Amino acid sequence: MNFEFILTLLAAAVQSGTPILYATLGEIVTEKSGILNLGVEGIMIFGALAAFLTSLSTGSALLGFVVGGFAGALLAGLHGLVCLGFQGNQVVSGLALTILGTGLANYLGTPFIGQIAPGFANLQIPVLSRLPVLGAIFFNHDALVYISYFVPPLVWIFFRYTRWGLGMRAAGEFPPAASAGGLSVMGYRWAGILAGGYLVGLGGAYLSLAYTHLWANGLSAGRGWIAVALVIFAFWHPGRAIFGAYLFGGVMAFQLRLQALGAHLPSSLLLMLPYALTVVVLVLSSWKRDASQAPAALGINIEPSE
Amino acid sequence: MLRLKITKRQEPLVWSSCLILVGAVVLSLMASAVLLALQGKPPVTAIALLFNGAFGSWWAIESCLIKAVPIFLCSLGVAVAFRLQIWNIGAEGQYAMGAIGATWVALTFPDLPGYFMLPGMLGVAFIAGGFWGLIPAVLKLRMRANEIIVTLMFNYLAILFLDYLVYGPWKDPVSFGFPMTPEFSAAAVVGKIGNTELNWGLALCLFAGFAMWIFFRFTRYGYELKASGENIRAARYAGLPYDRLVMVVMILSGALAGWAGFIEASATINRLQPSIVVGYGYTAIVVAWLARLNPFNIAVASVLLAGLRVGLENLQLDLQVPAAFGGIMEGLILLTVLAGSFFIDYTIRYTIRTREKT
Repeated sequence: MNFEFILTLLAAAVQSGTPILYATLGEIVTEKSGILNLGVEGIMIFGALAAFLTSLSTGSALLGFVVGGFAGALLAGLHGLVCLGFQGNQVVSGLALTILGTGLANYLGTPFIGQIAPGFANLQIPVLSRLPVLGAIFFNHDALVYISYFVPPLVWIFFRYTRWGLGMRAAGEFPPAASAGGLSVMGYRWAGILAGGYLVGLGGAYLSLAYTHLWANGLSAGRGWIAVALVIFAFWHPGRAIFGAYLFGGVMAFQLRLQALGAHLPSSLLLMLPYALTVVVLVLSSWKRDASQAPAALGINIEPSE
Repeated sequence: MLRLKITKRQEPLVWSSCLILVGAVVLSLMASAVLLALQGKPPVTAIALLFNGAFGSWWAIESCLIKAVPIFLCSLGVAVAFRLQIWNIGAEGQYAMGAIGATWVALTFPDLPGYFMLPGMLGVAFIAGGFWGLIPAVLKLRMRANEIIVTLMFNYLAILFLDYLVYGPWKDPVSFGFPMTPEFSAAAVVGKIGNTELNWGLALCLFAGFAMWIFFRFTRYGYELKASGENIRAARYAGLPYDRLVMVVMILSGALAGWAGFIEASATINRLQPSIVVGYGYTAIVVAWLARLNPFNIAVASVLLAGLRVGLENLQLDLQVPAAFGGIMEGLILLTVLAGSFFIDYTIRYTIRTREKT
């Protein structure tokens, strides 16, 4: 393992960590508003398909990316309808969403398996990409990676410094106080679900438009679930989400490269790495952590007022 | 001016869950018909094909019941865990581990006579599935790791482990490169009932369902479990051994899914191969929730969703509808049932108010 190998590996970690980063940030936004959405995996793959089909039919990858987000928000909207509108159990509704989203993507996508859509090509940033080490790792990617650099700070600023961010946190921490203070808890939770779904959908769009450019069933391969775990690992903080996402991106890239190098390990054992690591990371970050990090009203529905 | 007002019912609406289920199925069928029409498939014919394929002939009903066996066992397991508000999403992996455990017995001791072989496979499947359920329980209790994510990751791990075995050490040397183990010896195959296609796995379901009913109804553990599930905090104050209950429940939950894997490997496929993993574990969650965790209802709902799967095979053959269509229907049914359950506890009243002037 030489320096060159490590450098390309780190660059690949950023690239394959990007879809996870979008999805993790989306789930952070949703959970901050007090809604647990376990549909990330389904939303992600649905977004991936919507983005792919849009790009395939219009020829515009950028439009595909945007539509992927909207498709994610649309599917997440079902979760909102069931949980906010009808007091459905958030855990089960999220699982149903994953089953539905995966089914939709596989059903609608089957005729397009193996087809190639216009996607995002590599785009070197003129000066920054020349930087030693950092340039190769961070500034030699496609445009969607660069966009993803702006999302964590924006999410952080939103929750930390804006009134709406504060309101959304209140809806997730202590809804009775929020509504006593004149805030629309329902409104904030809807916003959290839709905005979060949008970001998750973008993560899916990244998979089909930049990561592969072609459609295959099961494209998300558990990344949505890893994102749900990373939210806990990140303690609901966008900054730590970056670290977590790139860590997993790194493991996935490492595992692929080992296979390509013809390592003497069976591929099914190598493929276990990210999932095993998810368990390890989850256990380590849950252990000895005080549970108060999670939004206090996470997963609890608001009873309709009499 | 029309005003909508949501109020809580004094008493939950009786018979409503049945109505809701029917409503959900109808709604999902309608939505699916729209999806089919969008792809240029005749929706009415498709739904007729679906029903015919599922319940239209004795042969169809037999295949339904065969598929209902693993779904029922997994779902029973999932429901036990859900009762204690432990979200075991890992039936799929526990099922795979059960199949692996049973196969290990069949391949390691091929010469065992039937009366040792089948109980041995049953026992090891129980242990393997139970073990796969126990680890997430321990991680939850000792390390506070969220069981939803751990059990889900354990699904991926178990399925990849199964892949590793059938592509590697357990691969049949004469399978022409196909990933599968050698066929089980006759002693390792769960037999058929009479001259039907049904296998004795059905009897295992009856036993498991009945045992579960007795467990909840007549044993102290079962009672404690029910009490804890209804109110964890109160149960802890009352000194119930919550931690031990969680572990017992997760072992049971995993073991039942493990049995499903055993039946599927032994009775249906007669060997271990990747195609044994077809999402029964996830269907089981849908079933458990549709049945509101009641063992008898689980039996009914298992047959219903098994029927959906069998009927879909018909659709696949005649109209080339991808198998993924089943996921869409399962997801839609579950979502509509979740939304519909709202009307068990709440009612919407509307009043017409004249505008008041003050």
